[in-house]
Amino acid sequence: MKILVITEHRQGKWNNASFETLAAAQQIASVASGTVSAVVLGKSIATFADELAAKAVTEVLAVEDELLADYTPDGYCIALKQVVESAKPDLVLFPHTYQVRDFAPKLAAMLGKGMIGDCVGYRSESGKLVFVRQMFQGKTVADVSFLGAGPWFASFQAGAFRADLVQAHASGKAPVNSIGVQLTAAQIRTKPLDLFKEAKSAVDLTQAPLIVAIGRGIKAPENIPQAEAVAKAMGAEIAASRPICDEGWLPMERQIGSSGQTVAPKLYLALGISGAIQHVVGMKGARTIVAINKDQNAPIFEIADYGVVGDIFEIMPALTEELQKAK
Amino acid sequence: MKIIVCIKQVPAKDAPLAISGNWIKESDIGFEMNEPDRFALEEALRLKEKHGGEVIALSMGPERVKQTMKEALAKGADRGIHIADDNFFQLDPLGAAKALSAAVKSENPDLILTGLQSDDQGFGQTGVLMAAELDRPHATIIMAIEVADGKMKLKRELEAGWFQWIECPLPAVLSIQSGINKVRYATLKGIMAAKKKEIAVVTRESLGVTSEPTQRVEKIYVPTKTKKTEFLTGTPKEMAAKLVEKLKFEARVI
Repeated sequence: MKILVITEHRQGKWNNASFETLAAAQQIASVASGTVSAVVLGKSIATFADELAAKAVTEVLAVEDELLADYTPDGYCIALKQVVESAKPDLVLFPHTYQVRDFAPKLAAMLGKGMIGDCVGYRSESGKLVFVRQMFQGKTVADVSFLGAGPWFASFQAGAFRADLVQAHASGKAPVNSIGVQLTAAQIRTKPLDLFKEAKSAVDLTQAPLIVAIGRGIKAPENIPQAEAVAKAMGAEIAASRPICDEGWLPMERQIGSSGQTVAPKLYLALGISGAIQHVVGMKGARTIVAINKDQNAPIFEIADYGVVGDIFEIMPALTEELQKAK
Repeated sequence: MKIIVCIKQVPAKDAPLAISGNWIKESDIGFEMNEPDRFALEEALRLKEKHGGEVIALSMGPERVKQTMKEALAKGADRGIHIADDNFFQLDPLGAAKALSAAVKSENPDLILTGLQSDDQGFGQTGVLMAAELDRPHATIIMAIEVADGKMKLKRELEAGWFQWIECPLPAVLSIQSGINKVRYATLKGIMAAKKKEIAVVTRESLGVTSEPTQRVEKIYVPTKTKKTEFLTGTPKEMAAKLVEKLKFEARVI
């Protein structure tokens, strides 16, 4: 099986999920007697290509083009379609980033193929490759398989594989091969403008040792002071899952998850958070996770060290009191 | 502007899910409008209020889907197109996108909006695949839309707090990020007005759509735990006391 890994970088920096996917590809190759090649595209990418060549890959395909300097879905799809057609892989793997979500399904469709996105793992069952992905907001998992001939397209969720397990090249360096693509400015219909960050506030959740986070279970903004009381009694920062910030109940910079901050505190106390994957990717690195939720089947309990099944509105005041006593 | 909003009906957020093969048992649960699609609908209604035109709600699925479409009409969509399909849940993303695209082709809309992803299958591919099917430019994870001179300026959300402005010509397909706006409620007047609004019913057969599935969900199941969770029991006060003790003396994090 020939596997192609599409890597990602922006503003001169790797998206580290690229290496997680490279590790996944190497692991799949080892069970499916395959080979792994890595693709990097953009402008002035020699350093990136070199770094990939030091990994255990058959070759690095470097697609250098002025028109690929900034990401556009049209540019990437047109270029990568040619790369896939010439490299003829059986499987094309991507990190499941916002950028990949923006173009990879279309790339697959342009080749008449489908994509299994946002996978958390794979299994090889008597020679057949099955991809594992979450459904129903993480409440269930699904085994999904490809139908028909390759190339197959799949993406892996951030954190599903460990980047530090990428194997280095056995004898130094893999060859870097440049691929030229036919791409004209007129084919690129969208025009990327400035990249920017919204005004940053004083709070840096990534540095907070203790975090109390609230989710939908808090029900109404008037209930937030109860959670803030828990946080205060603990000396923790308050944070939230996306819906709470979408509603404007807490500012966006307090949001934990794929579109917000990624944190790894000593303690993460999740109050009324169900544990949808978009949230979990932002906090699963916490050393100790406590989940309090009324639904005993909530996916947050899968990653919790301590679980309390119950009504947060009964437990929050009791917890505040116990924390104050324990001081 | 003529705007199509793709709206999916999904199991209600708190519905207890019972697994049956590669899907769930639908008989005992309630359904509701996919939350990310609510933001797409709201954005379409706001664009119409600003620039004039028409908002068409597009949904696929069995008869029950009409309930969700009526909600969209009550909020202000002008009419609906329902692709009646009892086996909708068995379609792969490409198959669904082909049907949705075929249903809107003759409408020739200026803009097609989708939510970011569905809360059930969560493939998150529909908008991008419709753009491919209809050969239109697209953009995803959109946090702001400004329309002027036949083109759009769009604010895209990137990861880790980054954003980017992009320019995109019309017609186009956009996937809307949740939280882009504050979603309205239907008014009583809107609910009454919705009763007179038309929902056209088509099928994949009548649209002449056929597609070979590219993937198959073999089975779904409850995830196996990777971590051993210690559950604390008792009254709220007892559980709180136990938790504080565990955090202080066992995990030693407070």
